[in-house]
Amino acid sequence: MKPVINESGIEIKLLYGAADVAASGGEAMIGQPGEYPFTRGIHPLMYRKQPFTMRQYTGFGNAADTNKRFHYLIANGQTGLNVAFDLPTQCGMDSDDPAAEGEVGRVGMAVDTLRDFEIAFDGVDLERITVSLTINGAAAILIAMYLAMAEKRGYDISKLRGTAQNDILKEFVGRGTWVYPVEPSIRLVGDTIEYCARHAPKYSPVSVCGYHIRESGADPAQEMAYAFCIAKAYADDVIRRGLPVDEFAGRLSFNFNCFGSLFEQVAKFRAGRSLWAKIMKEHYGATKPGSMWVRMIAGGGGGGLTFEQPELNIVRGAYYALICALAGTQTMALCCYDEAYTIPSEYAQRISLRTMQMLLEEMGLADTVDPLGGSYYIETLTNQMRSRMEAIMAEVDAQGGIVRLVAEGVIQAKVSAQAYRRQRDIEEGRFRKVGVNCYRTEDKTPQMEFHPYKEDDARAQCAALAKVRGERDAARVKATLAKVEADARSGVNLMPAIMDAVKAYASVGEITQVLVGVFGRYREPVRF
Amino acid sequence: MKKIKVVLAKPGLDGHDQGAKVVARALMDAGFEVIYTGLRQTPEAIARVALDEDADVVALSSMAGSHLPICRKLKPLLEQAGLGDKLWVIGGNLPERDHAELRALGFKGIFPSSSRLEDIVNFIRANAP
Repeated sequence: MKPVINESGIEIKLLYGAADVAASGGEAMIGQPGEYPFTRGIHPLMYRKQPFTMRQYTGFGNAADTNKRFHYLIANGQTGLNVAFDLPTQCGMDSDDPAAEGEVGRVGMAVDTLRDFEIAFDGVDLERITVSLTINGAAAILIAMYLAMAEKRGYDISKLRGTAQNDILKEFVGRGTWVYPVEPSIRLVGDTIEYCARHAPKYSPVSVCGYHIRESGADPAQEMAYAFCIAKAYADDVIRRGLPVDEFAGRLSFNFNCFGSLFEQVAKFRAGRSLWAKIMKEHYGATKPGSMWVRMIAGGGGGGLTFEQPELNIVRGAYYALICALAGTQTMALCCYDEAYTIPSEYAQRISLRTMQMLLEEMGLADTVDPLGGSYYIETLTNQMRSRMEAIMAEVDAQGGIVRLVAEGVIQAKVSAQAYRRQRDIEEGRFRKVGVNCYRTEDKTPQMEFHPYKEDDARAQCAALAKVRGERDAARVKATLAKVEADARSGVNLMPAIMDAVKAYASVGEITQVLVGVFGRYREPVRF
Repeated sequence: MKKIKVVLAKPGLDGHDQGAKVVARALMDAGFEVIYTGLRQTPEAIARVALDEDADVVALSSMAGSHLPICRKLKPLLEQAGLGDKLWVIGGNLPERDHAELRALGFKGIFPSSSRLEDIVNFIRANAP
């Protein structure tokens, strides 16, 4: 019989029994849901009490266009929002920056000032609908904008919930919306965590992403191991400032991918939950259960979807959603079937939403907690995946730590070499993809509805920015930007100064320019 | 025989570089010399690197939809740099409806998502000046 080896490098047996569970480490780490080490889930009642939040990634054009799509999704039963920003916003540029030409509003919503946030979230009940901002290089500014917008609308930010992605280390590995060099970038993440711990303690300022590292070529065990190394780097930065671990760790959250073998994926999530709990308890001495939780969004799965026979992506999405529900995620999002081609249509987004709703309403995924727990295979694989992740984390530490390996491009080179091998394996038929290297059809691809891009909208966005610049108090903008610069130099927490600048309607680009003046820009190491 | 020299660039603000890096490795494995620029290259920077490196092939990777405005700006710059007779190719998320314009702008090789590495290598080998 041909050996079967999963993507994380673990050989899969024909049949599993109690002896395999014992040999892989036993049942000591299984525990109960809601109890350390949380292998079976972070809450005792899981989906019986609170089904997973459904949060499709959405945003395009200007704030008004995006606001309409938000209301469409909410009207269709979506329970959270996950905001996509255009590339200029993500890279800290204003819409009228020459480098932004042709990119304004293209892959997400354009945001220049607080005015755009006021429009984008108009009519959205921020207590009922939690909002996740997919922003990294410009995260400190956009978190400040979100808090300022909520405050202006009368919400008490000490009770406000929500999430920002704000995981800059993974941007250096994949995704690429970095701005400043590595060290000041980590400081900014630390500033947001510290500020939120003190002023917005229900807000999750960071969602550490294995997701994009997986998309860049990492295997599932590496995905989670590298994410935990990165989460530790942020935690270390905040602890160095004197904040006790239990005052911030409960608001760290995670974002993981889900494509690949169903069992390997479910084992990955269960293993990761217990490993992070162990790290928090044993390494950091955390005592609050919340500090030990892997609260996560899982889903997406873009790397598993195919350009060929795109309608098959609807089916893949359903399997991915099943994986995430079986794995006990808190929040779910799915890449849409047309996403390899275009910004998803309303139709495609509704299909993704209905896919997730079906799991809850028809398929019984909310009926019991950790339904795969106790399976000899799953428990063995969970132990083995945890051991793999621990080995990978130890290797990173032995090589000088994740910050150094990312700054030098070592992780990037490693995962991109793996991505190349995977592409070769697909093209040469060793790694099977239905519709790509087996079961191909010559049928014509169904007609795609391409998302329109209107140059006029970009011009309108620039005009709106010019109008805000004309109406705002110029002296206040100048003074608040000077304070941002002074605080960047002195090393104090930048968030209060950024909050003041944002409230004065200073733009994303203006604040970023000030910080670049102090911190400089990142220079990408290119290694093969 | 002199190695075929490819300058492979990521234009614009698009951060999706997995595909570009995979193609870079395939080209190196095929025996080409590859200069990979990294992310966020302006058309001016791409033309300059291609000229400085004496590239035979200028290759772009674009995943975020801004390929047409970028190629419209790059074409005159490459021509001014005297690189009009080199092979220009582009890969990435390139809807079919844009292929005619890309071709008219001088991009002889167009490799949308799902193109095979082998086809990219063979095309460059057959068409590089």
